[in-house]
Amino acid sequence: MEINWSTILGIIFTPIIAFIVGVTYGGLTRVITARVQNRYGPPIFQNLLDIIKLYSKESNINHGVMQHLGPVFAITASVTTLFFVPVIKDSTVFTNFSFHGDLIFLLYIMVFGSLGMALGAGQTGNPNSAIGVSRGLSQLVGYEVPFVMALVAIMIQFQTTNLNDLLAVQDHFTKWIIFQSPFAFLAAILAFLGMMGYAPFDVVIAPAEIASGPPSEFGGKYLGLMLTSRSIFTFAKLVLFTDIFLGGASDFITLLIKTFILYMIPVLTGIVFPRYRTEQSIRFFWSWPLFFGIIAILVVVF
Amino acid sequence: MYNDKEASKIVDIIKNFARKHSLWIVAYGTGCGAIELPPTMTSRYDAERFGIRGSATPRQADVLLITGYLSVKTLKRVIRTYEQMQEPKYVIGFGSCTINGGMYWDSYNTIKALDRYLPVDVYINGCMPRPEAVISGFIKLQELIAQGKADGAKRYQENLEWYRENQRKVIKNWRMPEYNW
Repeated sequence: MEINWSTILGIIFTPIIAFIVGVTYGGLTRVITARVQNRYGPPIFQNLLDIIKLYSKESNINHGVMQHLGPVFAITASVTTLFFVPVIKDSTVFTNFSFHGDLIFLLYIMVFGSLGMALGAGQTGNPNSAIGVSRGLSQLVGYEVPFVMALVAIMIQFQTTNLNDLLAVQDHFTKWIIFQSPFAFLAAILAFLGMMGYAPFDVVIAPAEIASGPPSEFGGKYLGLMLTSRSIFTFAKLVLFTDIFLGGASDFITLLIKTFILYMIPVLTGIVFPRYRTEQSIRFFWSWPLFFGIIAILVVVF
Repeated sequence: MYNDKEASKIVDIIKNFARKHSLWIVAYGTGCGAIELPPTMTSRYDAERFGIRGSATPRQADVLLITGYLSVKTLKRVIRTYEQMQEPKYVIGFGSCTINGGMYWDSYNTIKALDRYLPVDVYINGCMPRPEAVISGFIKLQELIAQGKADGAKRYQENLEWYRENQRKVIKNWRMPEYNW
């Protein structure tokens, strides 16, 4: 059997790049939040220091098997999501494992991390974790519906479920799907606000209210794994949205610019908004984003 | 050829650097000192510059900040909070009350010297210490961490019996879970 070295290189380097970019974006978020609040803010690599510190914690606690496996599930889901998204267009190294039907596969695997976390948090027996998990899964049901609507509209419009085919369609910037199918983009970006978990949809981890929710009993290395997973997952989602709506990127500079602009939408929204309760956020997701999703499908079908 | 000691020294330097610049505090704010924490964390003094951040639960925290006097009743909760934190962990005694009882020195219901019950790494004196003093206390703790001298958790483990004896002396209804760490 012939060994495909470029795929192996992609497997090794994609998570590392995703981690570095995700952590830097996380640090940047904290700096931007601080500047908005008229503070100086932490250094840009603060999140990296936090993660190193969490990994260097010495003692750990044991609540059972699922508590150890929960963060592992989360990071598995993040890295798997990343592997099925073509990071750089037409690159031999960074296209990864994109295949026919990967949009449907991504819809499933993106939920897997949250479910793994829910299992892990449930094992710890902390009441705050249980509240956080129930809130998180309710909200998941809320934003998945408009997101699926948007993706289905795109699948019908271009008769494909392959990300590489979608990238091939958007060969010129006038043909980006954001312009070809704006209602699908609206529905998806509103669902994206919920996916990223910044305010107003941060009721899941509300630190002052339910003591950071699902991870409230996790410290040290488990929390480090979760933050790593979150950084990688952020990058994976941003690249997915760039691929679907913004025509992908043929080099890293373009990728960074496009993902950064996309990333600023939830961050800047999060800075100025207070927090929705769970039922309010579900009501929101099932009103305007769902409406836009239905409009997108109707426009495509008729 | 491959010097193991040097390698572990480099790892220690990296670890201590990260620990020093990322202090997540759980503030035990039953004393009056808690009122000084909001100005320390918000835009006027902005403690996040130094990587100091509030944490939601004791499991995630590094620094236990005892802000002011401790009554016997709250001491019990503080001990449980401290034992739930994960190593390496540090304690900062905040205000005169944690040093010698302060204005509560002759109270029947508060402890006088925190160091008899929990291992304190840094004291910040004053009644109340202003945010500048709080930040300078944190920077002192950072220096100690960088030099590897902030070993309160180790002292607590080594002298556990002595600490337990002192704790049992003041806490009359001792119903605490036995830990096996």
